[in-house]
Amino acid sequence: MLDEIRAILKEHGRITVDPATLADDADLYLAGLTSHASVNVMLALEDKFEVEFPDRMLKRGIFGSIASIRAAIEELKG
Amino acid sequence: MANPQTSSTSAAARIGLEIAAPNSTSVDREARFPREAIDALKAERLLSAYVPPELGGGGLGMIELSQLCEILAQHCSSTAMVFAMHQIQVACIARHGLGSPFFKRYLTDLVEKQYLIASVTSEAGVGGEMRTSVCAVEHQGDRFKLDKDATTISYGAHADDLLVTARRAPEAAPSDQSLVLLSKAEYSLEQNGAWDTLGMRGTCSPPFKLRSSGSSERILSVPFAEIASNTMVPFSHILWASCWLGIATAAVSKARSFVRMQARSKPGTTPPTAIRLAEVSGTLQMMRANVHDVAEECEKLMAQPDAGADVLSSMSFALKMNNLKVATSQVLVDIVQRCLLICGIMGYKNDSKVSIGQHLRDGLSAALMVGNDRIYATNASMLLVLKED
Ligand SMILES: Cc1cc2nc3c(=O)[nH]c(=O)nc-3n(C[C@H](O)[C@H](O)[C@H](O)COP(=O)(O)OP(=O)(O)OC[C@H]3O[C@@H](n4cnc5c(N)ncnc54)[C@H](O)[C@@H]3O)c2cc1C
Repeated sequence: MLDEIRAILKEHGRITVDPATLADDADLYLAGLTSHASVNVMLALEDKFEVEFPDRMLKRGIFGSIASIRAAIEELKG
Repeated sequence: MANPQTSSTSAAARIGLEIAAPNSTSVDREARFPREAIDALKAERLLSAYVPPELGGGGLGMIELSQLCEILAQHCSSTAMVFAMHQIQVACIARHGLGSPFFKRYLTDLVEKQYLIASVTSEAGVGGEMRTSVCAVEHQGDRFKLDKDATTISYGAHADDLLVTARRAPEAAPSDQSLVLLSKAEYSLEQNGAWDTLGMRGTCSPPFKLRSSGSSERILSVPFAEIASNTMVPFSHILWASCWLGIATAAVSKARSFVRMQARSKPGTTPPTAIRLAEVSGTLQMMRANVHDVAEECEKLMAQPDAGADVLSSMSFALKMNNLKVATSQVLVDIVQRCLLICGIMGYKNDSKVSIGQHLRDGLSAALMVGNDRIYATNASMLLVLKED
């Protein structure tokens, strides 16, 4: 799953570094993720993992790192 | 014991009526800083209204600040907007800086000296996109250097301190920003343009080239991203909207007095303009409900143990804050224009008691004070993933 998240970040995150080189817990906002780009990341994640992030998850913290994105998807997948 | 809330609102009402109102025409005509009213607000220690009581401040919340802005704006829009913008800066420091002895001391000093803080977010090349900076903080040991090409600094020439956004470091991404408090002794502003505008003329907001240095403790340690969503945006949109509500209220109050005057001259008949007054009074009520509702919700959130961080940083709350800004900025112009139609030629004249011109000119700034389309674009993008209302 981590690889797929990295691939989505690479395609849609418009961040300043290659996600392959980012640690799982690295701060994506410090890597240049904007709130606008994060929407595209969310859309791609919803499509790829066939989940819908409920509104309570749509906040900065949840999309702050690769690890927190994985935790959110795992929670939704149950 | 005196109730600090009622004493603040009555002080603002007195300052509005006795000091801001009589100067408002010259402030507008000459595009001059509303010095008398701001000095009076300082004398009442209202520039520290939001500073926590532990540090000697007024300890007011969002609802009271909103009321103060609304009251002042009924008398002088520029006084109210300067007051609002200052409180936004104080709130950023008070809600995100108290972990630092430096910022604690600063706020204690602000209570005593009633410093006025201006905001430097806009920058040449990025316009109103607050969450992007070109300039960067350059660290040199335990000091920093910061230069910024600022497009609009309200009361820049009259402020004691500046709160400035910049990239965290020269290598940081455009959205990876810090917020830095600059003190007058350590910055220079070179004005490179005029502020001869349609309205909001007394805010005195020309472009400046800013050069500064200072000790690193002046940089807030919390990332600006968090300060923006949790404090700067909610305070900006609510306090701006409160100023706009005050402007709308002033215009409607003129329309009311015009209609009463017409009614008195022909007792027994209802003037035809009374229907339009009834209509605009309902619109004003809707605007007021919107502002008060969001201010109350925000105050409740901010009183929670996490200071509202969880909800304030959510997309659904950002959408609501943005909706408040766009809706009130639009309805303001609508209300003022309808008041102009009610007052007719007496409203169109600049020298009549029910003159509407300045309200209209001031009101037109609301949609560009961060362009509404920019905000709509953000909301449009958030609505692609938000599911519920
Ligand atoms: C009375 C007043 C006081 C102010 N005081 C201050 C101050 O003290 N400090 C400060 O820093 N700034 C201040 N500002 C500046 C303000 O916050 C905005 O930065 C500024 O008004 C935006 O300038 P702009 O219209 O040139 O730029 P832009 O934001 O570039 O907008 C230009 C146009 O492009 C549109 N646009 C831009 N991006 C998009 C998008 N993504 N999608 C669709 N449309 C878009 C906008 O809607 C607008 O029509 C003040 C402004 C006013 C009116």
